[in-house]
Amino acid sequence: MSDNNLVSPNSAPHSDVEDIKRRSNYLRGSLEETLQDPITGSIPEDDNRLMKFHGSYMQDDRDLRNERQKQKLEPAYQFMLRVRAAGGVVTPEQWLMMDRVAQKYGNGTIRLTTRQSFQLHGVLKWNLKDTIREVNESLLSTLAACGDVNRNVMCNPNPYQSEIHGEVYEWARKISDHLDPRTRAYHEIWLDGEKVLDSRDNEEQEPIYGPVYLPRKFKIGVAVPPSNDVDVFSQDLGFIAVIEGGQLKGFNVTVGGGMGMTHGDPLTYPQVGKVIGFCTPEQTIEVAEKTVMIQRDYGDRAVRKHARFKYTIDDRGIDWFVNELSSRLGYKLEEARPFQFDHNGDRYGWVKGSNGKWHFTLFIQNGRIKDEPDYPLMTGLREIAGIHTGDFRLTANQNLVIANITSHKKKKVMELIQKFGLTDGANDSALRRNSMACVALPTCGLAMAESERYLPSLLDKIEQILEENGLREEDIVIRMTGCPNGCARPMLAEIAFIGKAPGKYNMYLGGGFSGNRLNKLYKENIGETEIVDSLRAIIAHYAKDRHEGEHFGDFVIRAGYVQEVLDGRQFHS
Amino acid sequence: MELQVTNSPFNQEQVELLNRLLPTLTEAQRTWLCGYITALQGTAAGIATVAVPTSQISPAPVAPAVSKDVTVLFGSQTGNCHGLAKKLSKQLEEQGFQVTLSSMSDFKTNALKKVENLLLLVSTHGEGEPPDNAISFYEFLHSKRAPKLDHLAYSVLALGDTSYEFFCQTGKDFDKRLEELGGKRLTPRVDCDVDFDEPAAEWINRVLQSLTELTAAPGTAAPTAISAASLSASAESEYSRSHPFQAEILENLNLNGRGSERETRHLELSLEGSNLQYEPGDSLGVYPENHPQLVEDLITAMDWRGEEAVATDKNGTERPLREALLRHYEITVLTKPLIEQVAKLTGNSGLQELLSAGREAELRAYIQERDLLDLVEDYGLKGIAASEFVTTLRKIPARLYSIASSPSAYPDEVHLTVRTVRYEAHGRNRYGVCSVQLAERAQIGDKLPVFVQHNSNFKLPANPDTPIIMIGPGTGVAPFRAFVGEREESGAQGKNWLFYGDQHFSTDFLYQIEWQRWLKDGVLTRMDVAFSRDTDKKVYVQHRMLEKSKELYQWLEEGAYVYVCGDEKRMAHDVHAALTAIIEREGGMSPEKAAEYVSLMQQQKRYQRDVY
Repeated sequence: MSDNNLVSPNSAPHSDVEDIKRRSNYLRGSLEETLQDPITGSIPEDDNRLMKFHGSYMQDDRDLRNERQKQKLEPAYQFMLRVRAAGGVVTPEQWLMMDRVAQKYGNGTIRLTTRQSFQLHGVLKWNLKDTIREVNESLLSTLAACGDVNRNVMCNPNPYQSEIHGEVYEWARKISDHLDPRTRAYHEIWLDGEKVLDSRDNEEQEPIYGPVYLPRKFKIGVAVPPSNDVDVFSQDLGFIAVIEGGQLKGFNVTVGGGMGMTHGDPLTYPQVGKVIGFCTPEQTIEVAEKTVMIQRDYGDRAVRKHARFKYTIDDRGIDWFVNELSSRLGYKLEEARPFQFDHNGDRYGWVKGSNGKWHFTLFIQNGRIKDEPDYPLMTGLREIAGIHTGDFRLTANQNLVIANITSHKKKKVMELIQKFGLTDGANDSALRRNSMACVALPTCGLAMAESERYLPSLLDKIEQILEENGLREEDIVIRMTGCPNGCARPMLAEIAFIGKAPGKYNMYLGGGFSGNRLNKLYKENIGETEIVDSLRAIIAHYAKDRHEGEHFGDFVIRAGYVQEVLDGRQFHS
Repeated sequence: MELQVTNSPFNQEQVELLNRLLPTLTEAQRTWLCGYITALQGTAAGIATVAVPTSQISPAPVAPAVSKDVTVLFGSQTGNCHGLAKKLSKQLEEQGFQVTLSSMSDFKTNALKKVENLLLLVSTHGEGEPPDNAISFYEFLHSKRAPKLDHLAYSVLALGDTSYEFFCQTGKDFDKRLEELGGKRLTPRVDCDVDFDEPAAEWINRVLQSLTELTAAPGTAAPTAISAASLSASAESEYSRSHPFQAEILENLNLNGRGSERETRHLELSLEGSNLQYEPGDSLGVYPENHPQLVEDLITAMDWRGEEAVATDKNGTERPLREALLRHYEITVLTKPLIEQVAKLTGNSGLQELLSAGREAELRAYIQERDLLDLVEDYGLKGIAASEFVTTLRKIPARLYSIASSPSAYPDEVHLTVRTVRYEAHGRNRYGVCSVQLAERAQIGDKLPVFVQHNSNFKLPANPDTPIIMIGPGTGVAPFRAFVGEREESGAQGKNWLFYGDQHFSTDFLYQIEWQRWLKDGVLTRMDVAFSRDTDKKVYVQHRMLEKSKELYQWLEEGAYVYVCGDEKRMAHDVHAALTAIIEREGGMSPEKAAEYVSLMQQQKRYQRDVY
């Protein structure tokens, strides 16, 4: 096996992060020591880089930053802790554990993420160990929830075809397990695992990743058509389930998608994955492993902004990759099978699955689970978890499915749903039901503008326009992020806002309704008034001139508001 | 009354000058001037002009052959007794006496037998306890080792606070004990309340006069009288306790982060133009103003008029009642003497009953956490004229705060760290007079009357290489900010170790980023923190000390000085116990040996406390 990172597309020296990883002794660094430093709630930057691999990064409450500096206090350092569950499936016991640690150690809320994970915010350094221990005791993990490794494997929580879903989910879980880092550092640092002198050589310690791990994060998603809720084309590696005659035959494979970019740097861009062939279910693990290892060996380790797999593919060409993969697999992928996606949003409310059990999909605004004075969502879900015998499924759109409810329990669950007024979004506009925002301020260190705290009020204003035009029930995908890293996958939305500065956003239009096409910059650096004025005109135009069944994202291209983007490399052109 | 040639001994030009000058004087300036002229006149004419009622002076009961040697001993916590002792010594020396001035802890007890004239100045601390630097001497004198003192002439000046049950207890104890050992009183003991300037000056005058008379030889000058004003006049600055400087507030912010149960103000005051000098370890006295709402409520409750002129001092200086209650009189503390005077003044039967024999405990309980408004409301005192009532009140005392800045680091500035005191008692919200003024009403740009209170009992080691261990939880950390800042500025190489604690790490870590910087720069060698409300287990500084027992003892063996600042009742006692336990454990000593080790440290000034 090649020692990874020897092959780099440019000869520039490796980035400092590569050096930190290399020196870290398989993600240990000086974490054990710095976590205990009682004088600061922070950890040094080098350790924070490693901390990500353990599923957490340091943040601070940016609302308080200036105030605290005046008060001669350090920033309100706190840690975001990401808890992953492949495919977003958790038991009621696990839900109750998350609820408990959120109250006990976090800020009293839970954030469902766009990758079907949980996020806790506001965990203090001193409480990290207890939190991670409790998470692990409940058989969930934070390991590799962030960092330059494979992240949570996403999977469609399709409640309509529960048997197929179960099968697909099993493959997603196997891929996920297979790509877990093997370092013992996690157990040593968080779970008081015994420190043993590790005599294994590099290959044994991290057989897939090696001592320097990947050049950048790596994302895998598994979609079950006709739903593209996992935004399979946004993934570094995607699998699209092929179901024939009610049987799971295998998966079409997509490679090279990715969202993140940097404002003002046209060499960075979002990209949609390309379908390269078909594999059987049994081949998926091998395909995933070899793909990850190709990226490990060929990804750019000099420039982190250029280190994602999409650039490796675009720089070397898709044919190069297909050949490299074939030679590592020892066989060629079969030709891709036909597939059809209809949408990438969630379907809300009650459905009965093919297994005879019931599923209820809740609309969770921006994935935030909390108690509001007039909406005790967190309490309601806690009560339901207390009696529920099925499971919970976190959707890729930050919503939640109370899944596999037996007929016996259905009445009780319905009563609780009613008691706490939990909503499937039926009273919200279709636009709101198809909305997503990232966390952004005050905790995210990257945010340039508000997102989660702002989108709901912007939607109020856009809803008015929709109502004036009779479009309240029209499904339109709208997404917002506080920075161009793309956590809420805004580059695939029909309408998107990406933060530039406080109160200022770039506005993008024209993404595909089923997550199949990137959008394009419509207006740069605009505030709310201009956003609302622009949308008022376009929506009115859409209401008047749209074709039967024509989605908003398709209309704005036909009407000439923006050009169609077929490949990420045209995103900025 | 306007001065005229006809009603005064001055000529026309003098009258005009005086009439121009006098109306512009502040109260403090008048007091100062009064004392200054008195002193000047005394020196020039050799005549005592401050009337000392001779009836109050004890006849000299001592043997005729009197030495000119006088020993002045002081026991001082905040520096008041020390300051008074220095003044007294200076006066004595000017009268030709040979003075030995010493703190009680520095005084060699075996020399006591040879002392013929002893003047003892001591404050009382907490619940009737001696101040730190009086403890060893107090214990010696009350032990069986105490010598017979048949040849001793002595007098005691006791400082205290009538709002405490054991008012001037330490002074009383010394006075009684010296008598038991055979000593003869030179003049009667004087017990001073918080406003000690005048009675202390009187005591000094009597002592001087008495000693001079006893030792008088033909041709010896009579004693120079000393006034209250000149007592606290310092050589460096015209500003003092009795003549405070109006310091402008440059900064006033809350050091506690959002969500804290605490509020701690960080104040930066300008000393520019004052010539006031201080050293790390000194305190700043601040004269506060009472809460305007409480003043209004009191005026309303008594049916007084806020504009009515009342006397604000014994010289009869008049001010409107509202202003007098705001700035001149204490209205938030009830004391037994106050209640006695009010009872006498009003003849109120309820009060007289409360004061009757056998009800002491009830009285003590009543005056706890109650103020003047409670008293007038509870006993229906309406109808008493304001001008009479105010004569029963104490002058509002200055609040002392350990200075939080190094003068080298912040020239012309002085910083304070003040915890806001708010609580509820007897159905009303109560406020710390000064702390709430600073938290709620003092704005940047406002001025506060301040003076420097030197504290020689809390000073950095003279040797810059000596390691120091500082224990200062809560606002007790204030002087250590001054210490570390000073050691940084002076480039002192000695190691510095700080123990700090409060409730919560996130919100209550006072001056956190400064300690972090000092740690990073190596100025602060170590820092250990204890946050008591962050975990189920309540952890305090003494627990951290015990955890670091071995290293701490190592530092002590290297000659480290130990400083403790903050709460006396619990923290200082627990820290003391921890320190003794560490010495016992790490030094392999018996409890007695360890206690001796600590006593020795105290004698060597290696264990200094500024506790309150």
